[in-house]
Amino acid sequence: MKDSRRKVLKAGAALAATAAASTTFPRFAIGQSGPIKIGMSMPQTGSLGAGGQAALLALRMWVEDVNKRGGLLKRQVELIAYDDQTNPANVPGIYTKLLDVDKVDLLIAPYGTVPTAPVMPLVKQRGLLLMGNFSFQVNAKVQHDMWFNNAPWNDASSWSDGFFKAGQGAGAKTVAVLAADNDFAQNLANGARTLAQKAGIKSVYDQNYPPATTDFSSLIRGIRAAKPEMVFVMSYPNDSVAIIRAVNEIGVGSQVQIFGGGMVGLQFTPIMTSLGSLMNGVLNYNSYVPGMKYPGIDEFLKRYAEKAKEAKVDPLGFYLPPFNYAIGQILEQAVAATKSIDQKAMAAWLHKSEVKTIVGPIRWDKNGEWANPRVVQAQFRGVADKDTEQFRSASKQVVIYPDEYKTGNVITPFEKARSAK
Amino acid sequence: MIFSFDLLFEAVLFGILLGCFYAAVSIGLSVSFGLLDVPHVAHPALMIFGSYCAYIVAGWGLDPILAGVVLMPVFFVLGVLIYRFYYETFERRGSDAGVRGLAFFFGLAFIIEVGLILGFGVDQRTVQAPYIGSSWAIGDYRIPYRMLVAFGVALVLTAALTVYLSKTFTGRAIKAVAQDEPALRLMGANPVRIKQWAFGIATGVSALAGAMVIIVGPVEPAMDRLYIGRTFCVVVLAGLGSMTGTLAAGLILGISESIVLMMLGASWAPAVAFGLLLVVLGIRPQGLFGR
Repeated sequence: MKDSRRKVLKAGAALAATAAASTTFPRFAIGQSGPIKIGMSMPQTGSLGAGGQAALLALRMWVEDVNKRGGLLKRQVELIAYDDQTNPANVPGIYTKLLDVDKVDLLIAPYGTVPTAPVMPLVKQRGLLLMGNFSFQVNAKVQHDMWFNNAPWNDASSWSDGFFKAGQGAGAKTVAVLAADNDFAQNLANGARTLAQKAGIKSVYDQNYPPATTDFSSLIRGIRAAKPEMVFVMSYPNDSVAIIRAVNEIGVGSQVQIFGGGMVGLQFTPIMTSLGSLMNGVLNYNSYVPGMKYPGIDEFLKRYAEKAKEAKVDPLGFYLPPFNYAIGQILEQAVAATKSIDQKAMAAWLHKSEVKTIVGPIRWDKNGEWANPRVVQAQFRGVADKDTEQFRSASKQVVIYPDEYKTGNVITPFEKARSAK
Repeated sequence: MIFSFDLLFEAVLFGILLGCFYAAVSIGLSVSFGLLDVPHVAHPALMIFGSYCAYIVAGWGLDPILAGVVLMPVFFVLGVLIYRFYYETFERRGSDAGVRGLAFFFGLAFIIEVGLILGFGVDQRTVQAPYIGSSWAIGDYRIPYRMLVAFGVALVLTAALTVYLSKTFTGRAIKAVAQDEPALRLMGANPVRIKQWAFGIATGVSALAGAMVIIVGPVEPAMDRLYIGRTFCVVVLAGLGSMTGTLAAGLILGISESIVLMMLGASWAPAVAFGLLLVVLGIRPQGLFGR
């Protein structure tokens, strides 16, 4: 759970002894000689656990790299990460412990919207810098000016725009919305509803489903009966798998032009491999797909693949790991530029600066979301069963949106796209 | 809200399939909690353990349901050992065995969950079979084969357990131990051995239920938590210890959930299921088929 916990304890004991021996020892010197502690909770079990473990591996890679370079401000970096079990109820306690017991210097948010939401009031109240970790719109209401998200999106339109444009391009005028009953999906669904309304797209089916839903066949039947031309789904990993399976069994109707949009899980390699050809035709969001070029990303993914094999986590690591490594790079640049770990100074610097990362240059807006979002909408095509390596090819996820990363046009209707190569 | 008689028919049809699945995953608990009064909250965890074992055996090329059947004797022995440990350390020692037993089975559930995480990681696991991912088309209706398999297995399990409990000596002894343990002792039978045997059966059944869970959808180590509420709801609604009641309760829950999901809104589905339980218990505290 902790990196080099024993070493840190020994170092701490030695420091305490030194401080006790000399009452004139300057207090700041004690604080500055230990490692810089970065703390976070991360879902390592539960529905987001698979993604969380891969993300944590990438963060540990950055810690290893930065320590090889001499650390931050010539101090080694220690990462303290606790498992929140994808349970938001565990998160406030973990962050209180990180701050009051572990005395961490910097904080990173857990992966995902649902686990991050409970920590926002705490960091705002204490005036702390928080690096966001793939959460969606958690700062929209809290308005904490020391929040910086690593995810390549901004508001709901930045996420759903590409999907709706693709649907409209195919002549779709009606939409079905299916969303999980949680913060992430509801934030996204509300944005999608607004977008649809603005575009004059009629909603013919709109359902939220509870997290304990066992089987989605009934919901898919409901969607089929409503005869929508677009189906926009916002789901968490386990649900995404069940939904894709139900769609293949029940069908959504030949009038559906595009299906997908906001399904979390279809970016995780184990899920992609297990679903295989069932995903064909689905148009879904992503953060990174092969073919997108940034300085350092290929080298990172190569190193990650070796470590992932040992750690038995997501072997490809396209979705979260590069962006988690980027969190480290962001902190490193902010510390170097401000020559301190003063969180207010770091936040002020991040607000006015552009940082260079392996996922491209990042600049934030006043809410701490990406000023230039680039959520990719990609269509699965020609995916075969039981083959992980195929996903390294750019041809399996054809980028439809945004234009600067576009590698092909969307194939419609959905039924036709399912058999397209 | 969308309404049509076609849709209602589909909702009922699918509710029957879903209900049989709920009954099948609850029937082991109906024996352990319903008949033996053991607060077996680890039942869903053992079932998910069964899913992972079925995943391993299916990996050797066996059909997942057959894998579940093959695993039943192994799980039977495991159940016997678990009950023996529970009896020696908790049940035999005093009147507060129920509360302490609850802690024991919660602990067991956590150990199983953590063991699965350490052994398999947190990724989802699925199995392949010809009936997974395909459906039977009758006109406009499509029925997933995996749910039909679950339906068949549930019927066979219910029939087998009903016949076993009513027609065999040991089965009747299990029912007797649930009704009057001292009387059974006076008849010369050993209630502890009978309970041990019954708990073994309940655990053996959970291996097959686990195989069914993994054909219905992917599993992950913490998935048992999803089933704790539902399985206890089915067993209590049925009336503790009734096998046919478990099937009936599963069907009621499945049909009501399916209709609500399709017609009213998915968010209401869990509330309706537990609301139904409260209403039934208000009218018949012993459950629908309770003794």
